Amino acid sequence: MTSAALFPIEPLGDAALLVRLGDAIDEVTHVRVRQAHSRLRHLPPALGGCEVVPAFTTVAVHFDLARGTYAALAAAVAAALADLEHEPLPASRTITVPVRYGGGHGPDLEYVAAQAGLTPEEVVRRHAAGAYLVHMIGFAPGFPYLGGLDPRLACPRRETPRTHVPAGSVGIGGSQTGIYPFDSPGGWQLIGRTDLVLFAADREPASLLAAGDRVRFREVSR
Amino acid sequence: MSAVHVLRPGLLTTVQDLGRTGHQYAGVPVGGAMDRYALRLANLLVGNAESDAALEVTLLGPTLELQGDVLLSIAGAHLSATLDERPLPNGRTVHAPAGARLAFGRPVAGCRAYVAFAGGIAVPSVLGSRATYPRARLGGVDGRALAAGDLLPLGELGARSHRLAAALPRGRVASWTPGPHEPARTGAAIEVRALRGAHFDALTPESRSALRGEAAQWFTITGEADRMGYRLDGPGLELAAPLELVSEPVAFGTVQLPPGGQPIVLMADRQTTGGYPRVLEAISADLPLLAQAAPGARIRFREVSLAEARRLYLAREHELARIALAIDLQLA
Repeated sequence: MTSAALFPIEPLGDAALLVRLGDAIDEVTHVRVRQAHSRLRHLPPALGGCEVVPAFTTVAVHFDLARGTYAALAAAVAAALADLEHEPLPASRTITVPVRYGGGHGPDLEYVAAQAGLTPEEVVRRHAAGAYLVHMIGFAPGFPYLGGLDPRLACPRRETPRTHVPAGSVGIGGSQTGIYPFDSPGGWQLIGRTDLVLFAADREPASLLAAGDRVRFREVSR
Repeated sequence: MSAVHVLRPGLLTTVQDLGRTGHQYAGVPVGGAMDRYALRLANLLVGNAESDAALEVTLLGPTLELQGDVLLSIAGAHLSATLDERPLPNGRTVHAPAGARLAFGRPVAGCRAYVAFAGGIAVPSVLGSRATYPRARLGGVDGRALAAGDLLPLGELGARSHRLAAALPRGRVASWTPGPHEPARTGAAIEVRALRGAHFDALTPESRSALRGEAAQWFTITGEADRMGYRLDGPGLELAAPLELVSEPVAFGTVQLPPGGQPIVLMADRQTTGGYPRVLEAISADLPLLAQAAPGARIRFREVSLAEARRLYLAREHELARIALAIDLQLA
């Protein structure tokens, strides 16, 4: 089987292409996505590629339509991914996120507990016991899509999103948990808040978290 | 150094350039000018680099006072611009004297005008761009739209701007113009050329035919239309069967189909990824047309091939290159 068959490539509009590294959100696909992201950043500039964007199962390469063509870029991408499994990745980092759970910091903690049939204390214990993987950063600058939520804590989003969710809020939306980097509207159930700054443009790197990082939550007193 | 003093900010006036490329992996939207062609044209007319920061003016423009003699030009929407109360046409270079007032009136055609000043707007560059992205307070003036009292510093003039300023007496509007460039349109019916999106084939046959060919249906841009995207109202679009999708990268011009059947066209400030089916992808050459369409405008899609999309884009690039050459010839 050729690499093109292993990793299908398709246009994303007229100035980008999309590579599929897998079909499901799992760790094997995740590692491939990170490897592809790493490797595709080093395509020859003459192809017009300008940025590589990894997601759960796909990687996009955006290009300058005045300088590159889809066909040439797709061929180069397929060739670059031929021995993808040899692409080295940096060691995974583990970042601990201190969270004040419940009360004004997590106004939906009791609701999540009621939904799960657990006490609020048990929700906090389970949430803080999890080892989470940052699958991707998206939705907003620095916003991590985290995998690994205890299925028991899964909880539907609010029917009416809040118009104002403070930055640092830790929430649960469906089977995912995440942290809001900015004050924004939001529909997730809020169970706590951290003082960590997820995104600061004047910091290097600007985003606290990167795809591939492991996240642990630690309960701190209010 | 010259500067621009904001007396009244207008409806939504922001500093924009060609956007913040290279940070989407960290969730940072590209942003930048909605009508990149008009921004580049306005910059060319004052001798700037095409990527310099300028003002994006939305429908109801600001009132600005110039501090120092300033070479400026306007491209994109026709928003009844005046300089010291005299009408100022788009597509002309003007050498405005210190103290002159640039103001705007009734929107005549299009939605977004670009005002370029020689030297560019020299607000700090954030992550490689001066483009304003208010949701994360990046770029522009403190990451927000202009407010009364703001003072926008202008950068150093490049060689081209110096030559243009020397060739054009102070207080004069250039007699030459780059010639016909696509007029901005408003409230009209626009046809946007598009490629099939990744999930086009998952639509019902009726929905597919509403998006292309002889039976293409008209949509209307709703009031939910901003720099992030335009929600369209029209024939409800349906998938033949539900799709289980995970978030994937999206592009400028991606037409998403959220539950409910009313598509959304993603624009400059789109998020980096999206989880809805992608039914169409508007072509790059027609993004300026979309950028100039205001709520209420009617829109219909027409399918083209990838090769055609590129040919149309290159034609526009050649047009800009021709204009750059014409400006150089004025200076020769």
